[in-house]
Amino acid sequence: MQSASIDTTAVPATGTILPQSGRRRDWKEQFFKILFLLAAIIGVLSLAVIAYFIFQESLPAFAEAGVSGIVTGTEWLPPALYGILPMIVASLASTIGAVAIGVPVALLTAIFIAEVAPKWLANIIRPAVELLAGIPSVVYGFFGLIIIVPMIQEWFNVPAGNTVLAGMLVLAVMILPTVIAVSETSLRAVPKTYKEGSLALGASPMFTIFKLLVPAARSGILTGVILGIARALGETMAIIMVMGNAPAMPGSILEPARTLTANIALEMSYASGVHASALYATGIVLLVFIMMLNGTLLYLNREKAK
Amino acid sequence: MKTKMFALLALTSAMTAGTAVASETISVSGSTSVTEVMEVLAETYQQSNKNTFIEVQGTGSSAGVKAAKNGTSMLGMASRSLKDSEKEPELKETTIARDGIAVVVNGKNPVADLTKDQIAAIYRGEITNWSQVGGESKPVVVVTRDTASGTRGAFEDIMKLKRKVNGISVSAISQRAQVGNGNGVVKTIVANNPFAIGYISLGSVDNSVKALKVDGKAASVAAVQSGDYQVARPFLVLHKDANTSDAARKFLDWVVSAEGQKVVADKGYISVL
Repeated sequence: MQSASIDTTAVPATGTILPQSGRRRDWKEQFFKILFLLAAIIGVLSLAVIAYFIFQESLPAFAEAGVSGIVTGTEWLPPALYGILPMIVASLASTIGAVAIGVPVALLTAIFIAEVAPKWLANIIRPAVELLAGIPSVVYGFFGLIIIVPMIQEWFNVPAGNTVLAGMLVLAVMILPTVIAVSETSLRAVPKTYKEGSLALGASPMFTIFKLLVPAARSGILTGVILGIARALGETMAIIMVMGNAPAMPGSILEPARTLTANIALEMSYASGVHASALYATGIVLLVFIMMLNGTLLYLNREKAK
Repeated sequence: MKTKMFALLALTSAMTAGTAVASETISVSGSTSVTEVMEVLAETYQQSNKNTFIEVQGTGSSAGVKAAKNGTSMLGMASRSLKDSEKEPELKETTIARDGIAVVVNGKNPVADLTKDQIAAIYRGEITNWSQVGGESKPVVVVTRDTASGTRGAFEDIMKLKRKVNGISVSAISQRAQVGNGNGVVKTIVANNPFAIGYISLGSVDNSVKALKVDGKAASVAAVQSGDYQVARPFLVLHKDANTSDAARKFLDWVVSAEGQKVVADKGYISVL
């Protein structure tokens, strides 16, 4: 319907009626441009409003404990001490571990689906991976609590399996679907001629995959990794269930720890006053970390592309 | 296309209008421990009062007190006595049940009896091996609740687990203790870990865990009622007359009546009658 009305104004756009129809078309163009702009603004505006409110709400905590008292403090004892360094460490450790375990697996899976696997097998694996993305995080948490936690207890002979390692393993599985889907799409987007050229020159299929396809799809793969990191840093429910949530500084990955997100989720319901404000401060730190990580990866990506 | 859209719109509005008609809604929120019994009370009450809908939400005792004060819920639930800082003249407290807090360990743990002092020392992090309290030479895995929990609040009060930092009273439970955000989570952790110790509401103890004797007294409904077992606390419902409807007050009266208290006792808690 829309395209038909545009056609009627566009076709007789000659001679004397040009100025009038031209203006009408301009008005329509303008309307849609503004519509697109508004849609784009909603995302940016949400970010700005969220950042503003978190920042404003966190001010009392920063005023009472000081930026260093919160960011580098090692004891979380509301309403007296509000140090979240152990939680920063826990968030970073669990995310790095999840990426270190999850990304290689995801990348190899993506290559397998896109290049190596016969069609029928790829058609089984792809929906299975997509289904993985649809599982609610509380189910991952339950799975972790019943399967992974006792497993760690047994394998590493530690008193309690609710550890940073359990968090890493659960998160590694959780980031798989994102990284696989994005990587596979970008691997498929590499022009066929590249691959054909490489094979025609006598390179083996594996050489072609690692030296040509993966480097050519690097930017897309990196986007997948960034999305995976954001998912891992932001995950809450599953982490609360498997990581033990002790607010003390973890000495190793075989000790319990509390992540930034878990701290907010565990205490938000009842906190009041400076304590509530300190939880917003936790949110600020989380936001800054996600921005820094994404910024660094985007920058690295652009530098390498040059 | 357009007619379809309108039909859909009309359909959805008809559906939402339909649900909005269901007359009286009573909102209840607070302690996760009280939620377990409150849900059963609400269901039973709704069977005989078809046009009343009771919405129960488990958010933690402190949140329950806050909700009752500022009116976000008509009724607030708390599973501990109110702190002095929380008391207000208009805020009315109704004790709807009493509950024991059971100290639980894994079924494989040979330890069966601890004193209050031993439990407190374990939670402070001073006792770290089961051999120090007569068990095997294995590390103690301490499991506690999140600070929002009324169970934790009551447990800290009873075990005197408070200390001062910079003149402010804070929890003395070891920072290394694992934190579970609900009775169920603590129970699952203890049931799956042979070295764990936790505390949960007596009403939610089942055979997946073993309840310890405290000072030689077994945790049971009768022992709490007679005052023998001292790790116990009240279940409170809080409300302000200004924020509550007649239906909510009627429901509260029913809860403390013989009929409501029978539900409380059936659920394994201690009736106030």
